[in-house]
Order: sequence, then C-alpha cells, then structure tokens
Amino acid sequence: MPKTLKVRVDPEKCQGHNRCKAVAPDLFVLDEYGNAREVGDGSVPPGQEEKAYLAKSNCPEFAVEVIEEHGEQ
Amino acid sequence: MTARPPVNDWATDWDHLDPQWINDPFPIWDEMRRTCPIAHTERFMGVYFPSRYEDVRAISYDTEHFSSRRVVVRETPPPRIPAPPITSDPPEHRPARMVLLPPFTPDAMKKLEPRARALCNELIDKFIARGACDAAVEYAQEIPARLIAHMMDLPETDGDLYRKWIKMILEDGITDVSVAVQAAGEMQHYFMGPVHERDEKPGDDLISYLNKVEFKGQKLSAENVIGSLRLLLIAGIDTTWSGIGSCIWHLARTPEDRRRLIAEPSLMPTAIEEFLRAFAPVTMAREVVKETQINGCTFKPGQMVLLSFPAACRDPDMFPDADKVIIDRKENRHAAFGLGIHRCVGSNLARMEMTVAVEEFLKRIPEFNLAGEVTWSEGTVRGPRKLPLRFA
Repeated sequence: MPKTLKVRVDPEKCQGHNRCKAVAPDLFVLDEYGNAREVGDGSVPPGQEEKAYLAKSNCPEFAVEVIEEHGEQ
Repeated sequence: MTARPPVNDWATDWDHLDPQWINDPFPIWDEMRRTCPIAHTERFMGVYFPSRYEDVRAISYDTEHFSSRRVVVRETPPPRIPAPPITSDPPEHRPARMVLLPPFTPDAMKKLEPRARALCNELIDKFIARGACDAAVEYAQEIPARLIAHMMDLPETDGDLYRKWIKMILEDGITDVSVAVQAAGEMQHYFMGPVHERDEKPGDDLISYLNKVEFKGQKLSAENVIGSLRLLLIAGIDTTWSGIGSCIWHLARTPEDRRRLIAEPSLMPTAIEEFLRAFAPVTMAREVVKETQINGCTFKPGQMVLLSFPAACRDPDMFPDADKVIIDRKENRHAAFGLGIHRCVGSNLARMEMTVAVEEFLKRIPEFNLAGEVTWSEGTVRGPRKLPLRFA
C-alpha cells in the first residue's frame, strides 16, 4: 500500500523562525509577517520526503508535523 | 570594569561578568547542568540561571510567571527603558510585534542582500592588502551597524555612535544604571528629528514605515516609534557583530571546516545554523512576577532569571555532541533566536548578514589564521571583540 506524506504547520506554535521554508521551499509558504503554512493541503510530492522530515526536525517551536497517510490504491 | 569578588561556587554564587565565564563559559554550564541545572546567585539582587534546554524552553513559553519588562540583569534597580515588543508581555506584546515583522521577512532581506555584499567588499578592500586585520573591529562590527543605518536611511558612518550607546546600555549599564539611562536619552534625541522629518516627507525606509504603519487601524505613537527604533539599534548590532565574529573565529581555528565550506558552498546555510547554535550570542532575562516551580525549583517574585539561549543550545540532552561544531548537522532545533512569542524579529536579517559576511570573506580571503589574543564581550551578548587575523 503506498504511503503518502503530508506536512502541517501548527499556526498556534509557529513563531516565524523560517526554518521550514529554508530547508523545504516547495512545501511551505510564508505570510506577510513571515509565519509559515503548508502549501495547499500539505501533500508532499515524490522526492521531497526527506525535506519534509528536515523541516520538522529543524523547527525550534516543534510546529511542523509530518503525517503519514496510508492511502488506498 | 573594576575587579569583581571571586566566585565561590558556580551553583550558588555565579557571576556572568566573571572573567572565567566571559572567556569560556561552556565548561561552567556543563558542570551546572550536571550538578545544579537551575543555579542561583545573590549577586545582581538575586538571579536564577537555568542551564538545560528544557527549562529555558519552559520559561520562554511561560509569560504568566516570567515577565519581559526587565530583559537585562543589572546590579542596581532597573531604569525603565521600554523597547517594545522585546520589553512587552501579552496582551500589549502582539500588536507591537506584528508591526515590526513585515520589514524583516526573508523576501525583504533578499532585497537588502546586494547592499550587504557590496558593504562587506568595501570593508575587505580596506585591509586585504595589509595581509592582516582585526576581523571583529574592522569587519564584523561594521556590517550590522552600517546595514541598519542603511535600512533607516541614516548616515552609515553613525555606526560609532550606535556602538557607543549599545556598550553604555548592555555593558557599562549593568553596573552603573545612570550610564544606560543617559544612552537611552541620547538615542531619543537622535531619532526625534528624523522621525518628525519623515512624518512630513516619507521615504522608502524603516523610519517612514514605522511612522505610517497601522495595526487594527491604530498608528504607533511617536514614543512607540522611537522605542522600536531604539530596540532595532540595540538588538540588531552587537548581536550580529558577535555572530559574524564567532563564525570567523571558528573558521580561523578550523581549517578543515573553512576548506570544506569553500569546496561545498551549498553547505553554507546548514553551517550558519550550526554556528548560531554553537556560538549563540544572545542571552535574555526575565523577571519573576508570580511564584512558580520548574523542575522542583521555586522561582520567587522580584528575582530575575538569566535566560541563556547559548546554554540551552549546548545541552547534550537536546543536541547530540553538543560541544562539537558539526557544519553538516542535519537536525538542529537551536534556540539562538529565542523561543516562543519573543523570537528575534531580526533573525532573517541576522542570518543574511552572517551568511553574506562569511561568504564574501572566504571568497576574498580563503586562508587565514589567528594572529594574537582574542577578547570576548561581557554581559548579555557574547562574541569576539578583538579578533586579530593573518592571511596566508
């Protein structure tokens, strides 16, 4: 069964450190204050999985989650 | 600085102005983490010192018991030098912070980057032929001072004045509060003219931006504008100066890292984050406003907490091999810019300045080493203040 990844930024925890955007620029966008959110529904395109986990493990506020979804095919 | 009474015991009598702490605080913090992770001193009218990441983090998030109204530990009762939002607590904190964020986003910093690169090269031009320099005095300290002046559209040559005020507030003012108050007054006077001028003839600069910016329909008061400018000057100069200086100090002593960065320039962002962790320059403070307990230690109201992000960043429970500088460290949730609502507003500026400063230096001067005694700042911000180098 294929595994799909999604990233999610908890807006209550994000303080705008900008680490996720720096390590995974395609997965996150910043608002005018520099706070991050995931692009679209957070789906991680193939090949970007490692970057998703890097974004998580470099967030000082523990605001980035990586969710593994076991989709049906 | 007059001689201070020697420290009897780091757990109960610590002193961050002690020469041993100033020159090499890391072994002291390691010892504290093992034996007394929340230390206390009667000096400075009573201050706690948490040395573990976990406790620094807990206090950063706890704005109910720990107030930011005093963010510098001093020996005598504090002067009131408001510099919102760094000295603000909720709920006043949020609006004061929100207005400062847009000029410091990563995109805004990209626009500033060409000026930063040119500036670094102008500085290098002045000393490269000599084959030697003091990288703290002739390079690191000039970059943030000139760049913040550039952002405010003030003379870039006013940097000497800025550094004088910063020293008065953050170093000399620890033991003599009147010096800090005097500096705050001089800064008020310095900014008053430009703030009024830009009110009438706005430009594309930070002062004009602060004059006109609104949050929820409210403009900032003139006092608030000047307070914010004072904060940006105080917080934006010796911090990044220290950060840049520490990077170059490390690279002067570690040829293998220097050569690897030249060979693999894509490693630079990861390396800069590691330098930020290992040599985090900024220590903040909080005032205990309500009694509370953290990890079995009671915090008494009226006492201060020295909130050492640098110590947190060296905690081996959070960072494996915390005492090693690993320029390709993959996981790095460092706290160099603080944690929680007071995350450094200028973090993107500081990162850009550090990156550009190191890149341009390595491009022009790939081989260099230490050529004399290095001295370190004392107090709230840690970094080299004398950094003599010889180029190979």
